Amino acid sequence: MAGPVTCEYRRRPDLFRATCFLASVLTILLLVFIFGEILTKAWPAIHRFGFGFITGVQWSPNREVFGVLPVLIGTAASSLLALLIALPLGMAIALFLSEDFLPESVRQIIRFVVELLAAIPSVVYGLWGIFVVIPIVQQFGTVLSEHFGFLPIFAGPAYGNSLLTASLVLALMVLPTITAISRSSLVAVPYSLREGSYALGATRWETILGVILPTASPGIVASAILAFGRAMGETMAVAMLIGNSQRLSWSLLSPSNTLSALLANQFAEADGIQVSALMYAAVILVLMTLVVNLAGEMVLRQTQRATAGLR
Amino acid sequence: MKHILAAVAVVITGLANQAMAVTALNGSGATFPAPLYLRWASDFGKTNSSIAVNYQGVGSGAGVKQFGDGITDFGASDVAMTDAEIAKVGGNVLMLPATAGTIVLAYNIKGVEGGLKLSRAAYTGILLGTLKKWNDPLIVKDNPGIALPSLPVTVVTRSDGSGTTAVFTAHLDAVSPEFASKVGSGKSVTWPVGLAGKGNDGVTALIKQTPGAIGYVEFGYADNNKLTMASLQNKAGNFIVPTIESGAATLASVVLPENLRAFITDPEGANDYPIATFTWLLVKKSYSDQRKASAVKEFVNYGLTIGQQAAPGLGYITLPATVVAKVQAALETVK
Repeated sequence: MAGPVTCEYRRRPDLFRATCFLASVLTILLLVFIFGEILTKAWPAIHRFGFGFITGVQWSPNREVFGVLPVLIGTAASSLLALLIALPLGMAIALFLSEDFLPESVRQIIRFVVELLAAIPSVVYGLWGIFVVIPIVQQFGTVLSEHFGFLPIFAGPAYGNSLLTASLVLALMVLPTITAISRSSLVAVPYSLREGSYALGATRWETILGVILPTASPGIVASAILAFGRAMGETMAVAMLIGNSQRLSWSLLSPSNTLSALLANQFAEADGIQVSALMYAAVILVLMTLVVNLAGEMVLRQTQRATAGLR
Repeated sequence: MKHILAAVAVVITGLANQAMAVTALNGSGATFPAPLYLRWASDFGKTNSSIAVNYQGVGSGAGVKQFGDGITDFGASDVAMTDAEIAKVGGNVLMLPATAGTIVLAYNIKGVEGGLKLSRAAYTGILLGTLKKWNDPLIVKDNPGIALPSLPVTVVTRSDGSGTTAVFTAHLDAVSPEFASKVGSGKSVTWPVGLAGKGNDGVTALIKQTPGAIGYVEFGYADNNKLTMASLQNKAGNFIVPTIESGAATLASVVLPENLRAFITDPEGANDYPIATFTWLLVKKSYSDQRKASAVKEFVNYGLTIGQQAAPGLGYITLPATVVAKVQAALETVK
């Protein structure tokens, strides 16, 4: 059957391509649909509360007063604090894994274990937080608030379920994101740069601090932004640990709340305008994570282009 | 080929016949009476193989919603439906008290394994956040035999909307004008202090793991989980230990109105436990399917009679005979 095979595929419609195209368009449409649906459901609340929803400090469904400022602050504070703890740690691990301090096989194992942290279900982190982190925070928090209680951030009484507890567990949860992306951007630093630095008489630490880290910094920044996005959207573990209180407080040792935990807690039993208010909160959460993830993605692209130029 | 088709047809009609014979009743709603309703469903199924009752504890709000949307055949709620909700179903609903329960304040103070008495001023103060330590004079005054530590009070509340919260806040609202103005009542309120957990189980867990904690849960839940419960001062001024008996005393003094919607915010009897509530089954006044109507009647009637005997074992209060008679009369009108 030696026909004119060469042009056969052109004459038929390319099914594979069409399927892939359809699938990708459907994914985008789905996202648009989801956002549209949330926005429609949120509309009554957006219309009624407007901008005051974001600046309001009270969330009282029984009085139809809805303000999410404390929850927004809780979301930002827990994610930032988690990042503050996880970033130095993650960077150190990434550096350690990208240098040849240890044989390749051992580094592989460490890398695998760190990345395995990402596979632990959220609820397991929550349980671990309840049984391990909360008692520790409770104990140290009490001592801390006794001695440093004059500082607003350590003001007592110290709670076990607090912003600090949630942040500590979140830090562990975002660690693999930071480590994995930072490591790959450190590994991507061209070897010629390192050799050049050594040739100029720099020590290993001078090379790391003066050449490798600055070159890889956009990638590290991107990892931090993506980790921030993940921390903001995290729900289950946070809902189990943060104490779920919509009160404004400066103390790290006080219970707080995040947008995602608020939604998870109140959605099932909400009715009427409360559903709309929760949807409004969901719109804010979606927009926040979308912006953060876009920023991270853009910085990451920038890095790849920058390091590609160096090669 | 013909034979196979014939065989398939026989099997299908056989299955269909079997399915026809069993009437499925689907219900959903309040989580608080769920253990009791599930017990009723399973016991009832043993004697009535022609009716299969399926109940899901999805929460009062969701239960009312699903019943209103016609998804379920009956609903259940800790708070009676509002007039607006009744209007939404075109008035085609009967609210039948099916069981009752009390809400308790459970606490976790090392060394105080029971017997704590809380006056009205003390427990409203605790929930308003004005009472911060366990050795506050207001608490010590009523507990001369107990050495109360200088431990901070950690209030534990519900983070989700809940019938339990509605009943509990309705009581505090009635008792304390300050609470009424600052917090108010409802299924979901802003508490001035403390932590919040999801569901009775979330609150129970927080109380167990936090030294100095106090929180409100259903009596059955607290009893099952061996939580230590406080005696509360009632309107008559007496301290009442939460038990099935003190709850029954409260119910006995309630006069059920014609529409069967009674809210017990602050009972007056000398031995009444102060925080108690009926919980309602929602059934339609008229069903489009006659078999469903008679199945609902049969099931609810079972719950009101034989089913009541299972209540105390699970931490619920047996309905007084006068209440049962009234509810049965209302049930008879279901078509």
